[in-house]
Amino acid sequence: MSVPSPDELLAIGDRLVGRAAPGEQVEVFVARGDSTEVRVYGGEVEHFVSAHSEGVGVRVISGGRTGTSYAGTLDPNAVDEVLDEARANAAFGTPDEFAGLVEPDGVDTVPIELWDERLPATSTEDKIALVTELERITLGLDPRVRVDEADYSDGGGESAIVTTTGIRRHRRANSCHVSVSALADDDDETQTGFGFSVGDAPADLDLAEAAGDAVDRATRLLGATKPRSRRTTVVLDPFVTAQVLGIIGSTLNGESVVKGRSLFRDRLGETIAAPGVTLIDDPTDPRAFTATDVDGEGLAARRNVLIDSGRLEMFVHSGYSARRAGTVSTGNAIRGGVAGLPGAGCQALQLVPGARAQEELISSIDDGVLVQSVSGIHSGVNTVSGDFSTGASGMSISNGAIAAPVREFTIATTLQRLLLDIIEIGADLRWLPMRAAGMSLVIGDVTVSGSS
Amino acid sequence: MIDTDVLDRVLARAVRSGAGFAEVFAEDRRSTSLAFDDGRVDRVTSGRDRGAGIRVVNGSTTGYAHTADLSETGLLAAADAAAAAAGSGSDGQRVVGPVGARDDGARHSPVATPPAEIAKSARVDLLLAADEAARSAGAEIVQVSAGVGDTRRSVLIANTDGVHVADDVTRVLFRVSAVADGDAGMQTGYRSLGHTVGWEIFDTVEVSELAADAARQALVKLAARPAPSGSMPVVIKNGSGGVLFHEACGHGLEADHIAKGTSVYAGRVGELVASPLVTLVDDGTMAGEWGTSGVDDEGTPTQRNVLISDGVLTDYMWDLLRARREGRVLSGNGRRESYECLPMVRMTNTFVLEGPHDPDEIVAATDHGVYVAELGGGSVNTATGDFVFGMREAYLIEGGRITEPLREGNLIGNGPKVLADIDMLAGDFAMGGPGTCGKDGQGVPVGDGQPTLRVSSMTVGGTAA
Repeated sequence: MSVPSPDELLAIGDRLVGRAAPGEQVEVFVARGDSTEVRVYGGEVEHFVSAHSEGVGVRVISGGRTGTSYAGTLDPNAVDEVLDEARANAAFGTPDEFAGLVEPDGVDTVPIELWDERLPATSTEDKIALVTELERITLGLDPRVRVDEADYSDGGGESAIVTTTGIRRHRRANSCHVSVSALADDDDETQTGFGFSVGDAPADLDLAEAAGDAVDRATRLLGATKPRSRRTTVVLDPFVTAQVLGIIGSTLNGESVVKGRSLFRDRLGETIAAPGVTLIDDPTDPRAFTATDVDGEGLAARRNVLIDSGRLEMFVHSGYSARRAGTVSTGNAIRGGVAGLPGAGCQALQLVPGARAQEELISSIDDGVLVQSVSGIHSGVNTVSGDFSTGASGMSISNGAIAAPVREFTIATTLQRLLLDIIEIGADLRWLPMRAAGMSLVIGDVTVSGSS
Repeated sequence: MIDTDVLDRVLARAVRSGAGFAEVFAEDRRSTSLAFDDGRVDRVTSGRDRGAGIRVVNGSTTGYAHTADLSETGLLAAADAAAAAAGSGSDGQRVVGPVGARDDGARHSPVATPPAEIAKSARVDLLLAADEAARSAGAEIVQVSAGVGDTRRSVLIANTDGVHVADDVTRVLFRVSAVADGDAGMQTGYRSLGHTVGWEIFDTVEVSELAADAARQALVKLAARPAPSGSMPVVIKNGSGGVLFHEACGHGLEADHIAKGTSVYAGRVGELVASPLVTLVDDGTMAGEWGTSGVDDEGTPTQRNVLISDGVLTDYMWDLLRARREGRVLSGNGRRESYECLPMVRMTNTFVLEGPHDPDEIVAATDHGVYVAELGGGSVNTATGDFVFGMREAYLIEGGRITEPLREGNLIGNGPKVLADIDMLAGDFAMGGPGTCGKDGQGVPVGDGQPTLRVSSMTVGGTAA
């Protein structure tokens, strides 16, 4: 992972944009990156993947019609073909008066450092040693524990966006993380838990925390039974909250709103959540795993308050969804890679944290369930209807304290009710390797389905 | 894609420091997709990904590197990187023979009309037809989106065991979703089809019928009541998604989970692990199905593997690495998302064979339960066996009759228990829609199928008492 020079990628963008025909808008997105993935098992390296990826994606808008094309290479001939093909594809799009690239909007980027020189300076041996140590620490914490996956991964990359509308941006970023999956055995029973730690460089990674989380999560589930079915209060663990925030964020996506698919599409300015809920999307917070200074269309990323004390303040927009909604981009264009069009989406969600730690939150609950993990969040949640149902495991809460472990149950409500039923937000804000930060979240009146 | 003598030199380079195995996996994937949403063709895209991944196995360590540069220089650099990643420990001196004559993958799914020959305007026509059919299904349909895409994936695989094969698989996918708006909010419907065939699929499938059915599903759900909460019998319609078996036991029968003791099915070959009604097969050769290919992504010909026979566990699924270590026969289940990924043990088309019951009889025999007409996705924890799957379209069963539609939710169960609790199985086998199976961050196309069946008790995760 050498230190990339911005000039090379911008030059590819400049060259292609220079080939735009009169009246044609062209956007070029060029990216390349390197990554390492090391898995240790039984004290030895199970696999070591050393990867280099690169590619280019081009969007052409002509007469209101949009076409895109991509290639997984920066070979100059292939890059030229991509532009030609995007142009040919545009002929088959439906003319759309709202199609168009964004123009510079005068919003300055927040200066955040996303590149850490310590990471490319880390040797392969040190990376292997780190994850070997993670496995060793995890195994040493409890004799009932096995480890099936101890992983280290890092990635560093750069990208450039150049358009005929005057956008010309370059960004680079790198980060690393470790994760460990533990199995706890007791007689015929096995339970699982995971832990991880994220950082700018290996020195930032907290192996003890990752190992401790994995072991605690696995061992405390030993002996778990199905809870009885009832409506009760649930406390979501930070990792679960982060997944739920990601889903809530998707309902506030401007593209879903303009296309009539958001269940909150007509609710701007109204109360959609409990009064204590303030939801912010802020990719300029350098602590965020998905921190960025630039969005997927080359505008400055920015801090947006989506829900303020329960009131829906705004939706997040890309250039296209904003134009259709009669507003301006909120710097929330998201790209999945070089292929396809950027969409609108939240980038780094967080709730404004509350005052109390998880243990104190639990101390106020007579009967409830602490949900430490959920499964099937994509099969059981419909962001259009709002139906919410996921598999879960965790700990029962009785008389203000953690009691017996529980598994093989579901928690169900609707997204509309979930937001209004938030009783309290924990102080334990935690940054996770996803598009949202987590913290403990107390939600009332959730249906637990387990034994009859 | 790559000359034989270049392959020989790259493989020799990869094992020159003594590694026991090396492999070149080269891939050229072209794709085209058009998407229609909100009354417009809004996404027309096409592209190409081309590159090679080189794997070097040295003792218990696998090194992997990939490159988009298919020249000999690029491949040799990747071979060096993979060899370095595999480490310097040695399996002993290894003499590498030349790779043999190339075998073409058995093409179980010939393509009559290559999608590349189809004009994009013809694809637009399909999308317009779907939009019109869905919207005309009812005034409450407020939004429709549809997509049509195809990929052609050519692979070349050569390894130091002498394997040298090529395969070429074309996939065509069509999807349509509809949103209906009613007094109680919005509901969605979704249908898709995907096959390893050419454009001729649209000679026999009417996309307007699929679209009308997606719209029907959304409209039906406008009147849906909250799904029940708690344990009850669950009847699953034929072809509604064998995702039940994919999650309940498929993943748990993958040899990597077995080797690491992260499966509830480890050490249980020869034992009764399911109701005697259940025979489970994974078959990568099924003509035209979504999970089909000529060879797997390690060059092993795909085959039909019986995993559970009359309830008895017969074998696991294997990839090259696990089969070599355990001295087992390859089963053709080593798959990967792309040349950028290491292969893993994966399913292909996984399905349950027919049983003795009649579908109507199964519903009639159920006093109170849930009838799932279409499943959504699912997931499983293979170590505990706990798994979930969603119900996209479901109804209440009352007094042996299918009655009211239900809102969406997940069902949860434990694999071995649910397999044992399958108490009725019909003779109306059908394959389900195309799926993408995710494992360790990689998605691969999979198929599934099953006849109508009943699980005597599962936990339904709704909100109604």
